[in-house]
Amino acid sequence: MLAFLIKRTANAAFVMLAVALLAFTIFRFFGDPVEMMVNEQATQADRAELRERLGLNDGFVTQYTRFVTNAVQGDFGISYRNQQDVMVLIGDRFPATFELVLVATVISLVVGIPLGVITAVHRDSRLANALQLGSIVGVSLPSFVVGIMLILAFSVTLGWLPAFGRGETVDVGWWSTGLLTPSGRAALVLPAISLSTFQITLVMRLVRAEMLETLRTDYVKFARARGVPAARVQWVHALRNCLMPVITLTGMQIGNLIAFALVTETVFQWPGMGLLFIQAVTFVDIPVMAAYLMLVSFIFVALNTAVDVTYAWVDPRLRDDTAKAGGANG
Amino acid sequence: MADLSMTTEPTPVPAATPMPARRSRLSRMRDSDLWHSFRGHPSAIFAACLLALVALTALFAPLITPQDPYDLSALELWNAEIPPIWNADGQMPYLLGTDTQGRDILSAILYGSRISLVIGFASVMVALAVGLTLGLIAGYFGGWIDNVIMRVGDVLLSMPFILIAILITAVATASLPTGLKDVLAAPILILAIAVPSWVQYARTVRASAMVERKKEYVQAARLIRVKSWRIMLHHILPNCLTPILVAATLNFGLAILSEATLSFLGVGMPPDQPSLGTLIRIGNQYLFSGLWWIVVFPAVQLCLIVVSVNMIGDWLRDALNPKLR
Repeated sequence: MLAFLIKRTANAAFVMLAVALLAFTIFRFFGDPVEMMVNEQATQADRAELRERLGLNDGFVTQYTRFVTNAVQGDFGISYRNQQDVMVLIGDRFPATFELVLVATVISLVVGIPLGVITAVHRDSRLANALQLGSIVGVSLPSFVVGIMLILAFSVTLGWLPAFGRGETVDVGWWSTGLLTPSGRAALVLPAISLSTFQITLVMRLVRAEMLETLRTDYVKFARARGVPAARVQWVHALRNCLMPVITLTGMQIGNLIAFALVTETVFQWPGMGLLFIQAVTFVDIPVMAAYLMLVSFIFVALNTAVDVTYAWVDPRLRDDTAKAGGANG
Repeated sequence: MADLSMTTEPTPVPAATPMPARRSRLSRMRDSDLWHSFRGHPSAIFAACLLALVALTALFAPLITPQDPYDLSALELWNAEIPPIWNADGQMPYLLGTDTQGRDILSAILYGSRISLVIGFASVMVALAVGLTLGLIAGYFGGWIDNVIMRVGDVLLSMPFILIAILITAVATASLPTGLKDVLAAPILILAIAVPSWVQYARTVRASAMVERKKEYVQAARLIRVKSWRIMLHHILPNCLTPILVAATLNFGLAILSEATLSFLGVGMPPDQPSLGTLIRIGNQYLFSGLWWIVVFPAVQLCLIVVSVNMIGDWLRDALNPKLR
């Protein structure tokens, strides 16, 4: 187990180093950092001095090492655009994105799991077929189109919910939350629904596939034979055994949701990290881009590694594919 | 647009040409099976008809649209903001209304679909060519080359798809001179979508190449000194075409979606050669001014395309899955 843990962590570290190399390459060679930072009146001497101070005259490896060392400590430099510390900028925006992703995840589970069970239990019924067709549509709808249509329906036409912004927020320590005020909650509804449409269909399809398999197993048949009510067999006995993959999927999808939130955030002008990133892209604000890339990739890789390690911990067969598996199974 | 598809097309050809002799017998059977299954799936038939309609109207857009939406001299400002035809204020040639510059929405949609379909198709082709080549090499030769290719793939898969695509378009557009930016917008997008998506094909082919290369017929072929590339193309590649076909179909839908998303975010096609995503981005500005048709119809067209591609992909996956027969 320890060997597996070390191997998997080393793997994740390698991937992060590669992502860092990419971020660093963009940062260093995509435009001149000095030109981006100084104002027009700066003399040649000023520029040379800044260049020396930033360490841009050092060798590639030295600079890369410094970039990684700083990144590990959360130091991504100063934003070109508004001269603020990048990590402070991202830290300010993080709660907004996190709350959006969290609520979207909850919606996807609350809606997706029952739909999945229904389509599996009433297989080939008209309702199930309609839902199945609906899931294809759900996978195909671009999330920004869903967002625009929601705005058109509930903000423009009906005027029920706000179409942009985050409403009023309350500071709890350093965390600014919109969940505690009525306007904050109202502002969250449409973005969360639009972010969760894809996720709902994903959860629904997974639950359906797992349920179809579980409903065929002996213990379900036995429970039925024992006279346990059908609903209890389906919703308690069978469903419980389907939840593990759902939890895995949800965990692994959080990284994707954070990345995809940037589309939703653009539609709803939601002041999260994604909107910050898109603005950084338009203004060629490289430090912010690099930091966002590193952060999202880190969350992505960390979740994947955590899932792998948990699986290996639960199921010893997955632990080492080099030494035993070949001999034992072959 | 035409020269665009030309540059991407030649790559998959060598893979396809040696096939006919071998495939004809086997695939006639499979085709008839497939055809049979197709006829039993109303949703697949519906999707195929819809897609054919979209493709044909996009292809013949210059012949059937009332105006060329990019010919600025054809636009008249007094024709601006006309609502769709079923509205009381609707006017005849403009079935779906016009935008704020007097551009016919239907014409813009058909021309936009052209761009969306071509970029989607080309990016799948590029990803297929790269993915199949690298996957075959990695699986057949193994060793360090396999390690390098798959590690690069691992890194690509460890970042969200959309993020890679945005980064590539951002870096490319910012490092190009202004004049070239718009000319190269489509190739950049194709590259941006192909880069994160080749890994899936490479993994599939690699797995099957690793199994096949140990089999006796491959060793026999090696013994009589058949060239490696010949073994890969003739013997190994045909073994994994089924999952590749399904993946490519579903990825075609995903590619169109990604292109639309990038264009919507403002890092895709420029406003003077708009894809469906760009049209939605432009229309989105008029959401609150009551001009709903500028944004809704391109969005509907985009959804129709992606839904029908995914329906076909879904049906294909079930129809080609031997377990479900």
